[in-house]
Amino acid sequence: MPAETLEFEEPIAVLLKEIDALTLLPRTDARDREIESLRRRIESVREELYRSLTPWQRVLVSRHPNRPGLHDYLDRLFRGFAEVHGDRRFADDHAIMAGFAEYRGQPVVVVGHVKGSDTKEKIFRNFGYARPEGYRKALRVMRIAEKFRRPIVVFVDTPAAYPGIESEERGVAEAIAVNLREMMLIDAPIVVIVSGEGGSGGALGIAVGDRVLMQEFAIYSVIPPEGCAAILWRDASKKVEAADALKLTAPDLLQAGAIDEIVREPIGGAHTNADAAARLLDEALARALTEISAVDSEVRLEKRYAKFRAMGRVGIDFVDESTA
Amino acid sequence: MPWFKKTRKPMAAPAGEKASRVPEGLWVKCPDCAQIIYNKDLTTNLNVCPKCAHHFRINATERLRMLLDGEWVEHDKDLVSTDPLKFTDTKPYKARLKASIESTGLKDAIIVASGAIDGQPAIVASMEYGFIGGSMGVVVGEKITRAIERAIDLRQPVIIVSCSGGARMMEGALSLMQMAKICGALARLDRARLPYISILTDPTTGGVTASFAMLGDLNIAEPKALIGFAGPRVIEQTIRQTLPEGFQRSEFLMEKGMVDLVVDRREMKAIVANALRFMGTARPAAAAAMAGVEPAVPIVVTEPASQA
Repeated sequence: MPAETLEFEEPIAVLLKEIDALTLLPRTDARDREIESLRRRIESVREELYRSLTPWQRVLVSRHPNRPGLHDYLDRLFRGFAEVHGDRRFADDHAIMAGFAEYRGQPVVVVGHVKGSDTKEKIFRNFGYARPEGYRKALRVMRIAEKFRRPIVVFVDTPAAYPGIESEERGVAEAIAVNLREMMLIDAPIVVIVSGEGGSGGALGIAVGDRVLMQEFAIYSVIPPEGCAAILWRDASKKVEAADALKLTAPDLLQAGAIDEIVREPIGGAHTNADAAARLLDEALARALTEISAVDSEVRLEKRYAKFRAMGRVGIDFVDESTA
Repeated sequence: MPWFKKTRKPMAAPAGEKASRVPEGLWVKCPDCAQIIYNKDLTTNLNVCPKCAHHFRINATERLRMLLDGEWVEHDKDLVSTDPLKFTDTKPYKARLKASIESTGLKDAIIVASGAIDGQPAIVASMEYGFIGGSMGVVVGEKITRAIERAIDLRQPVIIVSCSGGARMMEGALSLMQMAKICGALARLDRARLPYISILTDPTTGGVTASFAMLGDLNIAEPKALIGFAGPRVIEQTIRQTLPEGFQRSEFLMEKGMVDLVVDRREMKAIVANALRFMGTARPAAAAAMAGVEPAVPIVVTEPASQA
């Protein structure tokens, strides 16, 4: 099976193999027509598959090695990204990047997780598992945005905050907690885009904002399905069931009121066409930024609070039995 | 060739066959020093082992009794989760809720109460580990947020006693969002210049640590409590090493600068009361007018009781 197809994409893998075999034959019009029809078949099979992905399949898509990340969107949607390193306390974390850039001619601050694309970069980025320094750097740069009244665009894509000794020693929990509190009051428009894996506290630690957008095949969860399965089923192989139960897909999150909007992806997922994914994101991001920038800052902060305050609705997610 | 054959005598079977004549629950064995303690002595000692100062886990009500003067008024006690995800693992979440409601007499993993600490009005939220591991779902998030909002309205301090495994998986991403919701409310409390004291007890982990438990004006831990973000097993799996002794315990966190004090349970109320007197709840304008005036009662931090 070619590396870039997922386990549930086997029908596509088979067709790709056929194309590969055909390309070895001498070039004739008949061969080219055959390849062309196979390509169209792939498109239709892909469309079929992606129209009804199961939650676990979405988990796999959100973790796809070719899924566009912060770098891909920086290249396509932003200009002149100038990275800012370090938390001025301990170190520079490579799993979270932050810096200044230009978006549609406007200066903005960009903050986001980076998982890395090749093995070398993945190790450098610690596979997107941020340490406390990453969260502190993120807040520091967001404070600069606040000072100069620049909007903040956040990209979320992390399996989790790094669960290691040094992470605990330097207070990863405190770093996330402080961000949750401070981001609620940062006086600058904040748009959050959950673009891949929204891995629990490690994701939320930079994901408080005025608008939370989520790409169609991204996930956002309180715990990875594997971890949930290991704890509740006492069997890590029940990850498929756990993914189902956790309601971690974009439509689920929208229904729960935990996100504001779903950003469409090209058919077959963002990894099949980064340009198209970027165009779709661009449109949603521009709209969100315009809308929240138009609001008076006091009103915006009030609305930001009200949005998170409303997560967990009386009568829906819980009831008050004394009044019922 | 040995002269005598060595035969191993089987270990005496525990006296399981003979029924004990001592009534159940009269004596408790300390898991730390193995001391046999008369249960009533343990209770009068706030469930701290008189010999080694091991802190037994106590429930949310006992915690309130320990911190508050006499009576208190409970708030929002009838909030109940609706199981919004219809979550089922090996057992339906509804059944787990029901079992916890029956065993604890609470409707979720927290009690919020108004009372007084050494005469000073305060709002105290106390988490109940016996209710699905003290996990934080929508109800816990809502009750804490309402407690903070009430404190802002009444200009009272907030004390939250954490005892929790973290966010509640069975309510999915909504549990996660409670972290942001509570921290947002704490931001407002902070801006209103009202005291927030976080008391961390064994265990305080996951999403609770990564939100309100770490945000106190004072973070006070009970001795040897497990406090961390990732659980020890998860870390061991990540780094493929066993963790050092005392890792993620209160004393370790104080050493690393993450908690301000480690306080013996028997001293806790006095320390909290002192801190509240130091902080006060005067409006910012009134506080500014008082600037330059010596505080009436200086904060006194006593050493934790010796753990001989």
